[in-house]
Amino acid sequence: MAVDRLSLDIPDRSITVLVGPSGCGKTTTLRMINRMVEPSEGTILLDGKDIQQQSVNTLRRSMGYVIQNAGLFQHRTIVDNIATVPRMLGWGKEKARERARELMERVGLDAALAKRYPYQLSGGQQQRVGVARALAADPPVLLMDEPFSAVDPVVRKGLQDELLRIQEELGKTIVFVTHDIDEAVKIGTMVAVMRTGGRLAQFAPPAELLSSPADEFVEDFLGADRGIRRLSFFSSAGLGLLTAPVVAIDATAEQIAARDTAEAPYLLVTDLDGKPLGWSEPQDLTAGSVDKGQLLSYGRPFVAGTDSLRAALDCAVLSPTGWAVAVDAEGRVAGVVSQQTIAEAIRGAHAEGRTDSKVAG
Amino acid sequence: MNGFFDIPSDLQHSWLGLIGLHLREALLPVLAGLLIALPLAQLCVRFRWLYPPVLWVTTVLYAIPSLALFVFLIDYTGQTELTVMIPLTVYTLVVLVPAIVDGVRSVPQETLAAATAMGFGPVRRYAQVQLPIAVPAIIAGLRVATVSSISLVSVGTLIGNQGALGNLLNDANIYNRPELAVNAVITMAVLAILADAALVVVRLLLTPWMPSGKRDRKEAAAL
Repeated sequence: MAVDRLSLDIPDRSITVLVGPSGCGKTTTLRMINRMVEPSEGTILLDGKDIQQQSVNTLRRSMGYVIQNAGLFQHRTIVDNIATVPRMLGWGKEKARERARELMERVGLDAALAKRYPYQLSGGQQQRVGVARALAADPPVLLMDEPFSAVDPVVRKGLQDELLRIQEELGKTIVFVTHDIDEAVKIGTMVAVMRTGGRLAQFAPPAELLSSPADEFVEDFLGADRGIRRLSFFSSAGLGLLTAPVVAIDATAEQIAARDTAEAPYLLVTDLDGKPLGWSEPQDLTAGSVDKGQLLSYGRPFVAGTDSLRAALDCAVLSPTGWAVAVDAEGRVAGVVSQQTIAEAIRGAHAEGRTDSKVAG
Repeated sequence: MNGFFDIPSDLQHSWLGLIGLHLREALLPVLAGLLIALPLAQLCVRFRWLYPPVLWVTTVLYAIPSLALFVFLIDYTGQTELTVMIPLTVYTLVVLVPAIVDGVRSVPQETLAAATAMGFGPVRRYAQVQLPIAVPAIIAGLRVATVSSISLVSVGTLIGNQGALGNLLNDANIYNRPELAVNAVITMAVLAILADAALVVVRLLLTPWMPSGKRDRKEAAAL
């Protein structure tokens, strides 16, 4: 049996992720929603109406479907691929193509690609076309079956961010199937973890999933570093940033001496715009002739307030001094923070149980 | 009167007339074969178990010598072009059915799933997705069927000069004019080459979506 006594209430206008090991029936579940697989028993209600009561093709045309490898029509141009469903719904050719061009822009595709054929596009571009095609007739429901599994990690991250951005604008009811728990946690509003045999193991928001997995199976599936990953859901906004250990490259000897406090063993040198250059021990800094080559790398800074505690901790761990550099949106130093301070913030966040606000990882 | 293009009067055609006759006798069977093969192949795709027996039958039919079929058909259709064209039609199936089946099966699963999910019914899916994507394979089959049909027409000379250009072979023999045989062979070869080239052009026109040539591939890589 592929799916067994599965009961899910999928919330409107949000992303519900079905995740589980291969063979757990997640794709079968998805395909039951547009009746590509008919359940042997049970009902599926869409806005309170049984989907069995509607014509199957009408039902399918009201749901966008995105598939692994995009499944584009190789014999049609990009613009005609996207215009497929509007054309079937009886739109005129020009109107459908205009709509397709509009969607190309929305999913971040260059308008110059409109007249090309699928083989001329990269895998990531094809997948964007797949998303645009699913959105073409503005369906309220979007079904996505491992849409980003076949592209490389960098492209995948881009597509995930793009999907979240599009969802922000359009507010579709999305059901998303993946075997990648990181992807599920990143994009899901709700995550349904399924186990082999098509049974539901847990249905919860991602933060709750990470903090309190229902059983050993879910815990195993989440992997060893779920504690670290959970930090994605805590904002770095509350971190106490220090500005004292930050000096500009043109600092005078007095300024350097003044900044040399017991609080931080290192000073962060910035350029004249306030962008970070690197760390140095105070006694190695000579006013007026700071050698950029001698500075210790500052690692990868995090954006204060926008990034999560996970990003902040990662910066601190990567930094050779054990201090993370916080920057503002323009990349200017907002302050520095030690591993200890981040650890305290994590304990504080756990204590507060602030798991509701989700921030970019 | 004994030139290369002087056709003996018993054939009742000029050289160009024979070419027209030859093309008609060769190409109509290919067309008929295509019309039979398309639904037959679709049945084989739809019902997988049907494919091996269909393939077996077309192969056995192909193995029957045309002469045997003529003897059998003359009772019904007489010494006519039709008697020549029926076996030729049957022979094309051995190439066309597998070509179409392979072509339709070559459509990727995700493309079919996407079409179904977008609300394509089976007929629309066949006509708008499977068939167009199978065009290169179908034309590859048509090229073989056409060339072989053009050469096989000449056997019709055995049933009362129904072999078009092939009749020249017989006349070369009875009038002791070997140049007529050379004419027949060269003309048929040129016709086959031209018909093949025409099909390649049709394929290029129908499939602008196929990767072809290095320039296109470089463009794709640069994107």
